[in-house]
Amino acid sequence: MKSLITICLLAGLSCSVAAEKLAIVGGKVFTGSEQGTLDSATVLIDNNKIVTVTTSTEVPEGYTAIDATGKYVTPGLIGAYTQLGLVEVSSSAGTVDASVTESLVSSTGAAFDVSYAINPDSTLMAISRVEGVTSAVTGISRSATLFKGQGALITLSGASDSVLKARAFVAVDVGNYGAEANGGSRAAVWVTLNEAISEAVQVTTAAQLSPSSDWHGINSRADVKALKPVVNGTIPLLIFADRAADIRQVISFKKRYPKIKVVLVKGMEAWRVADELAKADIPVIIDPEFNLPGGFDQLGATLANAKRLEEAGVMVAIGMETHNIRLATQHAGNAVAFGMSWDAAMAALTVNPAQIFAMPDGLGTLKKGAQADVVIWSGDPLEVSEAAEMVIINGKQVEMTSRQIKLQQRYQQRAQSEQASQYIR
Amino acid sequence: MATTLRQLSVTAACCCALLLSACAEEKAEQAEQAPKVTIDKNPFPSKYQPLPGEPTVITGVTILDGIGNKIENGMVYFSEGKIAAIGETLDIPAGATVIDGTGKWVTPGIIDVHSHLGVYPNPSTHSHSDGNEAVKPVTANVWAEHSVWPQDPGFGRALAGGVTALQILPGSANLFGGRSVVLKNVPHRTMQEMKFPEAPYGLKMACGENPKRVYGKKGGPSTRMGNVAGYRQAWADAENYRRAWERYEAEYEAGKNPKPPKRDLNLDTLMGVLNDEIRVHMHCYRADEMAVMMDVMKEFGYQIYSFQHGVEAYKIGDLLAENNVCSAMWADWWGFKMEAYDGIRENIPMVHQAGACAIVHSDSDLGIQRLNQEAAKAWSDGRRAGLEISQQDAWTWLSANPAKSLGIFDKTGSLEVGKNADLVLWSANPFSTYARADKVYIDGGLAFDLAEPSTWPVADFELGQVGEGDIK
Repeated sequence: MKSLITICLLAGLSCSVAAEKLAIVGGKVFTGSEQGTLDSATVLIDNNKIVTVTTSTEVPEGYTAIDATGKYVTPGLIGAYTQLGLVEVSSSAGTVDASVTESLVSSTGAAFDVSYAINPDSTLMAISRVEGVTSAVTGISRSATLFKGQGALITLSGASDSVLKARAFVAVDVGNYGAEANGGSRAAVWVTLNEAISEAVQVTTAAQLSPSSDWHGINSRADVKALKPVVNGTIPLLIFADRAADIRQVISFKKRYPKIKVVLVKGMEAWRVADELAKADIPVIIDPEFNLPGGFDQLGATLANAKRLEEAGVMVAIGMETHNIRLATQHAGNAVAFGMSWDAAMAALTVNPAQIFAMPDGLGTLKKGAQADVVIWSGDPLEVSEAAEMVIINGKQVEMTSRQIKLQQRYQQRAQSEQASQYIR
Repeated sequence: MATTLRQLSVTAACCCALLLSACAEEKAEQAEQAPKVTIDKNPFPSKYQPLPGEPTVITGVTILDGIGNKIENGMVYFSEGKIAAIGETLDIPAGATVIDGTGKWVTPGIIDVHSHLGVYPNPSTHSHSDGNEAVKPVTANVWAEHSVWPQDPGFGRALAGGVTALQILPGSANLFGGRSVVLKNVPHRTMQEMKFPEAPYGLKMACGENPKRVYGKKGGPSTRMGNVAGYRQAWADAENYRRAWERYEAEYEAGKNPKPPKRDLNLDTLMGVLNDEIRVHMHCYRADEMAVMMDVMKEFGYQIYSFQHGVEAYKIGDLLAENNVCSAMWADWWGFKMEAYDGIRENIPMVHQAGACAIVHSDSDLGIQRLNQEAAKAWSDGRRAGLEISQQDAWTWLSANPAKSLGIFDKTGSLEVGKNADLVLWSANPFSTYARADKVYIDGGLAFDLAEPSTWPVADFELGQVGEGDIK
């Protein structure tokens, strides 16, 4: 965390100058592009863009060199499914914007929109970004409705305009939890989903949703508006399911609505239908560490899930967490320990979520023209003992501090000086 | 009741003075004592039998002995369930199984001091929710072992992660949640067959948010000060109970025929703590609350053997060291409630550095499967903050310190000659994400072998179901 200074000193530079042109030299570079992983390469950044990734170690004129020899360089990690910006403390501490009860505007829940709720000053932003997470998919985790509203894509830069893309997806749960909240049975939740989607398909003119026209749908008017980009295939529909039988229903749904960009989330038994998922072009967001039968819809849970999905050609994203989204690297590392390839695991943290959610500006990759979200790691990012040493978001080096780092520093100093702790900053 | 007895004897004395003949009769009656009432402290004794083992030598292996020593290219020999020899070179006894440990690591088995396996098992249906007797704030009368379901698939998963012993705790809804039980992680039919022989009982207590949230609208406590009043009243009651038993014992020893105190299962447990037979393990997050609890501990003269979670332990490492209280911690959990808001990644190494006893715990059916990685994170985060701790010292967080806090360090928790052969052969340095437990031995018996699917436990629940016998 604090070795930024070391790197700059190694390179003989002052850190106080925010260089506009950076050359990160000599690191092992995972590009997330056709270039694959390069054992020793140079990443050139001009302003906020990646200029190129090259195997040459020459530093072009005008570039400030950062020595990354022996280190790993990757795109900034993307939290594949989080509640970042929507929650500060999960329970008994006031409003949590990731959880919605009921509201006048919505009957099926599709209309809820988290882009209004994002708080860039949340401590989770800095705590996560200093560990290499530079952007995230964020959405509602709990709702009493069919859909969990519309999620957003955000940057973790802390900038006032943190929303990269509002209304970037809609989510629905058809597993045990979704069924319980919607009639107590899959017999109810699926019919409701079919009906809600079918309504959105049938609405073709704005006039149909005007307040002066009659509307008798199960969706509210606002819900239908939110679902239009889903049925048009502009934004993905995230479907939570674990049981193989449920996932087969998800695949059938995709066949009924081929235009809809379906993404499977959680998918503990996804490995059992991996070939069908690959054929239906349905990507999967997983936590690969789930290997226990938490419910009767998770009996086949195994740490080999990621490996088997990769082997079948399914696109996999990893990183379902919020306060500890920084541990997505550990999740991916454990997927590798159970057979996933290292490159696929790195892609699952970067370029795959970027593709699934159509992240803007080439995020999730280090390729020419992409926005420069770059992380320099002390070593293999999937190793629990390694850490992010330098984090660049949109071309700017992130200050490597957070509320947690400040607490740590305060009490480390307190242990030495016995000064009254609240005077130590 | 005791008063009535005393009154009777006074009456008898008066009798004696007046009617001498009756007096002799009275004395004879007194001499005939009723059988002494004692409390059976072990009514559910361990029926544990070790798995069969064979004399085994692991050669060419990197050894962390769990008490701060590292041997590169070393050898460890175990036989008849015990560590028989450890060192750089050993004479290989005839007939011993020899395992080539080149490139691999050996450590003591991991001991998790905070698990709810069996009491909150998988599948986590409501029918299985047996960890919190959340009906009143003081339930020291309940014993976690009576909720443990040995068919929880989580035990087998933990075994694959190198966990050889674990403490099963009641939950933290109550001020006094009940007794814990220490188990050996050997899959069996009954709790008694898993029960760690001669391990002392623990008592789960809880600070802070949970009890006041659960009881705030159910008669209290509804505040932290209400919590503390609840602990103190319970200890005061326990002192009273202990005095009643001491009086009974003393009178009985004096040849009298006292009436025994009314048995109270709740106070039995609390008295056990005051007598240092039962060990307090206390769920507590905040530094200021831990400081208060250490004063309550002194007020009533018992020992807290560990704070569980201790998310703010780093703020009071000096106080914890002074009071000889261990902290069982996560590497990086934080933020799920206010009292976890100040969690930092350097908590464990900072507690260690303060000279206090640091433990890595899980409180999770997933986390328990990779406690070595939790230690690795804490170790490396500490180093980045300038806390130079060796890996061999860091392993004390996983085996020796847990064993000490549980009172079983004389039997396990380190690789020392004569101790139980509870050890793990790792495929690589266990501070790596990629390391897997190749072989797990408990009392010298091979409980898990990564290369041999027939040694992967399949719980009854998983038999005949999707995923039976799969790699987990």
